Amino acid sequence: MPVQYYIFLSIVLFCIGVMGVLMRRNAIIIFMCVELMLNAVNLLMVAFSKMWADAGRVDAAGAQIFVFFIMVVAAAEVAVGLAIIVMVYRKSQSVDINIMNRLKN
Amino acid sequence: MQHVWIVLGVLFVFLNIAAGLIWVERRLLALWQDRLGPNRAGPLGLFIVLADTLKLFFKEDWIPPFADKWVFILAPTVVVASVLMGLAIIPFAPGIVVADLNVGLMFFLAMSSLGVYSIVLGGWASNNKYSLLGALRGASQMIAYEVFMGLSLMGVVMLSRSFNLTEIVAAQEKIWYVFLQPVGFIIFFIAGLAETHRLPFDIPEAESELIAGFHAEYSGMKFGMFFIGEYLGISLISAMTVTLFFGGWLGPAFLPPVVWFFLKTFLFIGLFILLRASLPRPRYDQLMAYGWKLLLPLVLANLLITGAVALWLKS
Amino acid sequence: MGMSLQQIVFGVLSIISIISALGVILSKNPVTSVLCLIVTFFTIAGHYIMLNAQFLAVVHIIVYAGAIMVLFLFVIMLMNLNAEIEPQKRSWLKYAGAISGGALLLVLLAALREASVSSLQPGAVEIGLISNLGKTLFSTYVLPFEVSSILFLSAMVGAVVIGKKEGHES
Repeated sequence: MPVQYYIFLSIVLFCIGVMGVLMRRNAIIIFMCVELMLNAVNLLMVAFSKMWADAGRVDAAGAQIFVFFIMVVAAAEVAVGLAIIVMVYRKSQSVDINIMNRLKN
Repeated sequence: MQHVWIVLGVLFVFLNIAAGLIWVERRLLALWQDRLGPNRAGPLGLFIVLADTLKLFFKEDWIPPFADKWVFILAPTVVVASVLMGLAIIPFAPGIVVADLNVGLMFFLAMSSLGVYSIVLGGWASNNKYSLLGALRGASQMIAYEVFMGLSLMGVVMLSRSFNLTEIVAAQEKIWYVFLQPVGFIIFFIAGLAETHRLPFDIPEAESELIAGFHAEYSGMKFGMFFIGEYLGISLISAMTVTLFFGGWLGPAFLPPVVWFFLKTFLFIGLFILLRASLPRPRYDQLMAYGWKLLLPLVLANLLITGAVALWLKS
Repeated sequence: MGMSLQQIVFGVLSIISIISALGVILSKNPVTSVLCLIVTFFTIAGHYIMLNAQFLAVVHIIVYAGAIMVLFLFVIMLMNLNAEIEPQKRSWLKYAGAISGGALLLVLLAALREASVSSLQPGAVEIGLISNLGKTLFSTYVLPFEVSSILFLSAMVGAVVIGKKEGHES
């Protein structure tokens, strides 16, 4: 099966994530779309790992370790990000991302 | 073809255990509380299982008009599905296992972590204050205790050098891991109680404060699914305890391996019910403080010491 | 046209993941979005299994479906968000977002359409096994692993500090 299929699937998922970030105003949904984009990249990386393993490279496991680290960072990011969103909601009773405009003054 | 029989056999046995537990739990509770328990229908009151199931089937299956219909229907199925998936990796005897995965133990942790959705979604979809409170409590309780559950099992993995449950059982040929990992066993069992939200940790339901918590709005067979899911969860945690710490199917040769496995499992199911009969429910904040301030340091120290001793023995 | 079993499974999983990913950005109700994203994550775990990365598939389910999405649901329930109070962008901004996302999609697809990469062999590889990954993680990548533990500690402290109610300092 060509690796192209996985490339195309990852691109589609990634672009859906980009569209979500541009189209929505709910901070939580935007955050979820960022997670979707990260996962599209992870999928591509695992596909490339399999491709290099098929080609006989011994260091192909590095890509899977990289995916593992992305998951680690994503977990930490979600903990802090959701805490920020909850705090913004407590101050302004809204999850609208445009509330963040008030920070500039 | 043999594989299909194993799958069907596991489903048949565990669904019947879950149904039979209706009777077992009431009789045992009655025994420990010096009562008789159900004793009218059939010999020893055994037909209470039939009567109870029939009652659940014929009750009005009501979906509240203020509820989110699809999520409301989805929630009870999640718990049964995730627990049945978890049962797939348990080796009942040499060769009798639905899926002999090399990541078996992690698969069990993944499936037990999915059970939280039934509480969260059920509580949210009911659109009821008490249900929502129960769901929030359930979510934080189960996420927290999942951490200790996972960490308490890593000692076993260190000793057996495998995530495959068949290999873990085989590695206990000489000595059961409960003797090498007593702290791990106790913490796993406590975390298992919290994951199945059984008394004393039934804080998401807590009849006396939250009516029935996340399943307050459920009736008929949808409530029955939560009910069966809880009993299946008890069986799953008991079976996992036996597999990981009490040598699974291993035992003296005068009984076949499967019999040993189920004997040990029933012992732990009995322990679950005894705990319900004897312990009071802690407050929500007490439960969380107990987990993070006592269990977490304990399980980390256990892991450190196990790793150090394993390395020392190896060198 | 002969399609192998692998290709059929890939096709089904891909269609489900794209539809549910669209559900994430199109649904009005945040809880529906979360449910759609969970379905997407499950299909991605399915792809991982097809690519012989069993360990990553299970970790993916534990981390994303078992922990991260529960946190999202928890926060949404805590705020009691629903479709009625969902903030909406002006519609021309929405179209602009969709068009620019679509343009990005087209550019990327066109650029990588002719990319010459080899095909995946149907056979299994040992690379995704726990023992193999563990050896790599604790030999080549042991420093990043230790650093990530500090990252977790700081994230934990950060979340607690941010989430603490004000007025408790005194």
